[in-house]
Amino acid sequence: MEWDWSAVSDFMPHFWDGLLVTLQILALGSVISFALGLVWALLMRTPSRWVRWPVGVVTEFIRNTPLLVQLFFLFYVLPEWGVQASALTTGVFAIGLHYSTYTMQVYRAGIEAVPVGQWEAATALNLPVHRTWIAVILPQAVRRVVPALGNYVIAMLKDTPMLMAITVLEMLGEAQLFARENFQFTEPLTVIGLAFIVLSYLASLFLRALERRLAH
Amino acid sequence: MTSGLWELVAKGVWTTVQLLVFSALLGAVVAFVVGTARTHQSRIVRFLAGLYTTVFRGTSALIMIFWIYFVLPLAFGWQLVPMWAGTLALGLTYGAYGAEVVRGAIAAVDPAQREGGIALSFTPWQRMRLILLPQALPEMIPPFSNLLVELLKGTALVSLMGMGDLAFSGNLVRLALQESAEIYTYILLIYFVLAFLLTRLMRGLEKKLKSGVGKAPTPAAEAVLKRPEATNAGGAV
Repeated sequence: MEWDWSAVSDFMPHFWDGLLVTLQILALGSVISFALGLVWALLMRTPSRWVRWPVGVVTEFIRNTPLLVQLFFLFYVLPEWGVQASALTTGVFAIGLHYSTYTMQVYRAGIEAVPVGQWEAATALNLPVHRTWIAVILPQAVRRVVPALGNYVIAMLKDTPMLMAITVLEMLGEAQLFARENFQFTEPLTVIGLAFIVLSYLASLFLRALERRLAH
Repeated sequence: MTSGLWELVAKGVWTTVQLLVFSALLGAVVAFVVGTARTHQSRIVRFLAGLYTTVFRGTSALIMIFWIYFVLPLAFGWQLVPMWAGTLALGLTYGAYGAEVVRGAIAAVDPAQREGGIALSFTPWQRMRLILLPQALPEMIPPFSNLLVELLKGTALVSLMGMGDLAFSGNLVRLALQESAEIYTYILLIYFVLAFLLTRLMRGLEKKLKSGVGKAPTPAAEAVLKRPEATNAGGAV
């Protein structure tokens, strides 16, 4: 086994570029998945089954099929439908959409965990529906689910390399490009592999600290 | 779509199913070995098992696949057949997630059961085999079922290495037809059906195992809620 430190130092500038893109995808994807997941969770609570049923089927479908194929679908089909979006935008949307079907379950569990008395109190105080949700239910529900949402952010981090399949130059994309240009595969791939382990380990430590804080 | 193209898709389904079965078997072995090692009395064994789960849950399955395809042959001179390289990468990664499930289920068995085993002077191996595992096994099935669906989704990654699985055949058909929406819809539907069949299979297995220890199966709603635990990627290390 040969390890070439000069290849590592040559790769580092590309590594930082890739890391930046990875973190961008992660941040934007998280925002989309948090927002969209809440929308799904709320739609699943509407009284009409004509809303609940399609939302349930579609989200179940997205959750049980590979993100990679969904990326291909959006990347190749959207232009055919006349939607022009960059690879990065498509990728961020796809990963956000995919994970929204997971966060929706987290939100649902959080909403169901709010004690019935809170609903009854809101009714007794004659609060309109939107006030009940915004001022009473959601603040309590969201607080409970922050750690669970964090777990999905870490899971999402580990799915960001898939975006290289649609030409996004995140960490793996940069590593592969560097490897092909210089015929040095060992160093860049090992560097980003270690980077992912460090990133997700740090994120899990942060999450545990957050969980302890929220517990009080 | 012509019948020739459908044949291509059928071949892809077969490759995906093979890869799924092999990596699920490897993953199960890894999960049980590492999961039980985390309850071992020796601190070194526990540490090594913990290190394994941290490393393999910490990295991304796709990077693992790239590493096994490109670095192993160069660095160690091991050139693996694509099917085995894919199996190794997926089995080792998802096995690490499975190890957490195994560990959690064993830890959740009533402590009195373990103490009973000690009082009857069972050896640690007998306690694990005759007392702890039979009771922990049914509890593992719902999270394992979720993991299997994640594994099925993970198998699509090998298509990036040029292995002819379902996702790869989708790409080939797209090139042949110059038309994407239709073929990718079919591919996604096939994955969905496979995932549905897997969940059904696992529910049947759970029922059987639970009747063996005199318990009722978990209601479907609860099985869904167990999902975050099963896949909580970087959580509690």
